[in-house]
Amino acid sequence: MATVTLHDAGTRKKPIDAGTTGLGVAALCVLAFLYTPIATLIVFSFNSNSITRLPLEDFTFDWYTRALGNPDLMTAVWNSVFVGVSAVMICLAIGIPTALALDRHDFPGKTVFRRLVILPITLPGLITGVSMLTFFRSVGVDLSIWTVIIGHGTALTAIVVTNVFARLQRFDRRIEEASADLGARPWQTFRHVTLPNIRSAIIGSSLISFTLSFDEIPVTFFLTGRDNTLPMYIWSVIRRGITPEINAVGTIIVIVSITLILISVFMMHRENDRAGPVRPAR
Amino acid sequence: MTSILELHHLSKIFRGGVVAVDDLSLDIREGEFLTMLGPSGCGKTTTLRMIGGFEYPDAGSVMLDGRDITNDPPYSRPVNMMFQDFALFPHMTAEENIGYGLKIAGVGKTPTAERVRAMLDMIELPGMGARFPSELSVGQQQRVALARALVNNPRILLLDEPMSALDAKLKESMQVELRHIHDRVGITFVMVTHDQTEAMIMSDRIMVMHAGRIEQIGTPTDLYDHPRTAYVAEFLGASNMIPATIRRDGGDVVACAGSMTVRLDRNTGDSGTRSLFMRPEKIRLVPRESEAGDGSSTFSGTVKELFFSGNMVRIDLDVGAERPVIVHRQLDTELAAAGLPGVGDIVTCAVNPEALKLFDTAEVAAMKAEEAAA
Repeated sequence: MATVTLHDAGTRKKPIDAGTTGLGVAALCVLAFLYTPIATLIVFSFNSNSITRLPLEDFTFDWYTRALGNPDLMTAVWNSVFVGVSAVMICLAIGIPTALALDRHDFPGKTVFRRLVILPITLPGLITGVSMLTFFRSVGVDLSIWTVIIGHGTALTAIVVTNVFARLQRFDRRIEEASADLGARPWQTFRHVTLPNIRSAIIGSSLISFTLSFDEIPVTFFLTGRDNTLPMYIWSVIRRGITPEINAVGTIIVIVSITLILISVFMMHRENDRAGPVRPAR
Repeated sequence: MTSILELHHLSKIFRGGVVAVDDLSLDIREGEFLTMLGPSGCGKTTTLRMIGGFEYPDAGSVMLDGRDITNDPPYSRPVNMMFQDFALFPHMTAEENIGYGLKIAGVGKTPTAERVRAMLDMIELPGMGARFPSELSVGQQQRVALARALVNNPRILLLDEPMSALDAKLKESMQVELRHIHDRVGITFVMVTHDQTEAMIMSDRIMVMHAGRIEQIGTPTDLYDHPRTAYVAEFLGASNMIPATIRRDGGDVVACAGSMTVRLDRNTGDSGTRSLFMRPEKIRLVPRESEAGDGSSTFSGTVKELFFSGNMVRIDLDVGAERPVIVHRQLDTELAAAGLPGVGDIVTCAVNPEALKLFDTAEVAAMKAEEAAA
């Protein structure tokens, strides 16, 4: 009986009819829709024509050399990295203790606090940017790369809070009790038991925050002083015309982003495989 | 024996006014294996957690070796716990789990490695130290949890439902093994369980808990043979609780239920309606019309149902009382030779007055109502 059913299922799947072919074509269209722009960017970064236009001409690394040799562009890249890393630091410094407090403690106004902490992520960058600009102006703080960092930190803290909080909710609190039982003081328990178990949530939300900060324009537009971040630089350059140099920088960023994502996926996988939550069978 | 841990008038009230532990006092003796037994919600786990320092009592005190540790945090008590479902650190190997207590205590690398290896040998998992908990079977995880809790040589080992994650076969062998380990390490074990068989197999003493209070405390045989309350009688093993009328019959005190009349101990000075308690295995099957001797009384009943469970048979006898009398017989050669009675047969039973006890009917009724509600 069982074999017959299996056999039927097997034969029924085999013929490639119009429906499955259509589905395959549709899938290809979706991929094309998603990735053609990025492919175009990469292809033109190696094209010797200084105008981004078909047909393709000779293969060249010229745009990469030029991009790396352009001091304004490189400063912008480093500014963006600096802003991203600093903003992530602020997010972690505020986000992790907040998530811990929300998970473990009761305090007056907790529900309101939780909603308000997450609110900034839903506000349009425009609003965050304008309001922070007004605030900094009114208290007499000069705009600089630091005001940008504070702006990004405000908007992105919610990402760390949400991710770490979600992980803590799934976390088996008894392993902390086990740690305390074996003589560990609260900070030792946090370092040896709690932190390793929320590490992937911290790394994951850091990477997301960094990526969002890296290509952020609206908040940066209102809050930056003389220092340009990469998106601001690209935007200002592109107003004068697209140069293949930008394509080269874009390609490098795509590769770095994919590498970062692969690293984080790999780390989380390893954690799940080898040291996933222990669930004794009942 | 000297006592190692004393609980003085311990009470714990949870939010919402639920009294989990109610004025509980207890002396735990050095080196013993004590089990707190009771249904879920009886306060046994809360009591264990107050000894471990995971809950603080609302009243009363906890004294370890004569020192008040009532408000000490878990990390400063020389008491370790084996958690239900083990609570192993998922990100550490078996070795790292076992060695955690030593690492925290600042023990050096070499002595730690030696001690961990000795523990792995004790729990019969040599060479498995590099595995993560998720790569171990449930039984192996349990052994690692045990080794982790024993590595610091605690004054007391607390065990919270240690067998609940194991299947029946493994449970049985671990019960024996845990008992052996207790005898070998000489540490005081305090266990919590809802499984009465487990409690009787493993413990030196059992404390039966009910509604936050101690119902009775004593050795397993003590509790089984001389239950002080109907609750203990019902909770440990199987029992008959049959409403019966008590009256005097000449110089004897007898209990009557339906067609059954059994002699009680002469000192049972009582009359009225009471619950007659008999262990099913203390009732013997005797040849019809015979006098059993040794002071036992005989009664007859119709076999209503038979339940066969391998080495045992349970016979439900209708004696015209409110509920049938349950008889357990070992299926030994003697019974096999005599032949099992069939449904509808009339059989004669004998029971010794020493095996009979009376409980208050109101108490039994309240208990049954509570059981039905649970």
